[in-house]
Amino acid sequence: MAIELDNVSIRFISPDGKATVALRDFSMQVRHGEFVAVVGPTGCGKSTTLGLITGLIKPTLGEVRVMGNEVKDTDPRIGFVFQNDAVFPWRSVIENVAAGPLFRGMARKEALDLAQTWLGRVGLDKFGNHYPHQLSGGMRKRVALAQTFINKPEILLMDEPFSALDMQTRVLMQDELLNLWSEQSGSVVFVTHDLEEAIALADRVFVLTARPATLKRIYDIDLPRPRKMEEVRYQPQFIELSRQIWSDLREEVHIG
Amino acid sequence: MTSTTSNIETTVASRHAPLSAEALAREEAAARKRIRGRQTLVISLRILFLVVVLGGWEIGARRGWIDPFFYSQPSAIVDQLVVWFRDGTSQGPLWEQVWITLEETLLGFVIGAVGGVVCGIILGRNKLLADVFSIYIKVANSIPRVVLGSIFVIALGLGMASKVALAVVMVFFVVFGNAFQGVREADRYMIANAKILGASPRQVTTAVVIPSAMSWILASLHVSFGFALVGAVVGEFLGAKQGIGLLISAAQGSFNASGVFAAMIVLAVVALAVDFILTTMETRLLKWRPQQF
Repeated sequence: MAIELDNVSIRFISPDGKATVALRDFSMQVRHGEFVAVVGPTGCGKSTTLGLITGLIKPTLGEVRVMGNEVKDTDPRIGFVFQNDAVFPWRSVIENVAAGPLFRGMARKEALDLAQTWLGRVGLDKFGNHYPHQLSGGMRKRVALAQTFINKPEILLMDEPFSALDMQTRVLMQDELLNLWSEQSGSVVFVTHDLEEAIALADRVFVLTARPATLKRIYDIDLPRPRKMEEVRYQPQFIELSRQIWSDLREEVHIG
Repeated sequence: MTSTTSNIETTVASRHAPLSAEALAREEAAARKRIRGRQTLVISLRILFLVVVLGGWEIGARRGWIDPFFYSQPSAIVDQLVVWFRDGTSQGPLWEQVWITLEETLLGFVIGAVGGVVCGIILGRNKLLADVFSIYIKVANSIPRVVLGSIFVIALGLGMASKVALAVVMVFFVVFGNAFQGVREADRYMIANAKILGASPRQVTTAVVIPSAMSWILASLHVSFGFALVGAVVGEFLGAKQGIGLLISAAQGSFNASGVFAAMIVLAVVALAVDFILTTMETRLLKWRPQQF
């Protein structure tokens, strides 16, 4: 197993001393090379599951294991793509992409060469010397993808990475992500509130309940790969799945 | 048949005439002319305003509406500046006075700014230290720090040290406050991103926290240079052997209003020159930022 969450519960204490339970007895297993999507009502604690896997959040009860070892610190084999822009605005695009290797002690020349090849892969080879504010939202997301993929993560965590993009750009980015992922063969945990995005991308969809979140149901998505975003959503199987998952989710949204 | 086609073409062409290349060029030329005309207007109005104010002052003084003994007059101020430049001041050559005040200001500015940035970053990165010391810094910040000048003159004497100390105190708190705020405002997603990309705590500070605090720090440097100058000049007021502050207090002592104004102009020129240098530095360091409108 690439990732195992074993009966994890999380209790947050806010700065003014109030306790809230974000996750309750939550278990989840992600296999090597598997693409998993996590959906649930807003604010239920979806992102918290990712925080647990990175080690930035510690579980109150239960255990989190990555590659069989208990998570203690940020694991170098993990990559993370954030919902908001987390690229560094004071670094040029190529220096942003090279950030990971540079932090990890690669020589500057080598890191920049590597970054250049990654810029080519996400179609930004002519924008290396631009600053992030000069790019469109979709291009900045590509920078973020290249910045993460350059570290060759065996586990990729994504927290609603495309939710701020417009519809067309989002579909393009989803295709891009599937391409990059199929070349790398890592495991992906993709958190989203967009049901169709989850079904279109994932091998399995985890549906969470309202807060305090726990696992409601797991759906196997046996749509054939490679998938094309603009085609997959019109298949009858896709429509049937989204109807089922939506009825599951609707109950939770009502409760919330 | 051919005539109809050409007819249609001409109507299309005439309908699109305002969008043709030469029409656009004409419009562009007209727009450029308007922009130039406005710039000329603004500059002429600025000069006019200056002439009216200075001219009114001069005429008022000559006609006796304003008493030049107390309020001086532009021509007398110019005369005073000429005398200082040509013959030097009562304390020695003018450039020497300027240099001394500038030296005190710069020393105080650099020490205060570096101290402020370092302390701001340390406290900004450490929650406990911040919680413990923030109350004292608020208190220290609310005291009118100029008063400390008297202490410094008593303790450090009439030399340069007391002025530098006052300038340091004036600068430190402004820069500290901004550096602290800047560090606190550093985006937590960016910090998390850097950590996951493999940054050590030190790399997080140098690669994320300091750059993101930079725009706050640079903004405070602008303001605090003015404070450093105030600190140095007030220090010289309180007791000194040389410097522009002493020049002003000497002019005050001999009821020489022109001298006070002339010294003020010298100070303004120094401050503007340094401000220009700081602005240039800022645009170079913050070239990653989107243009502000």
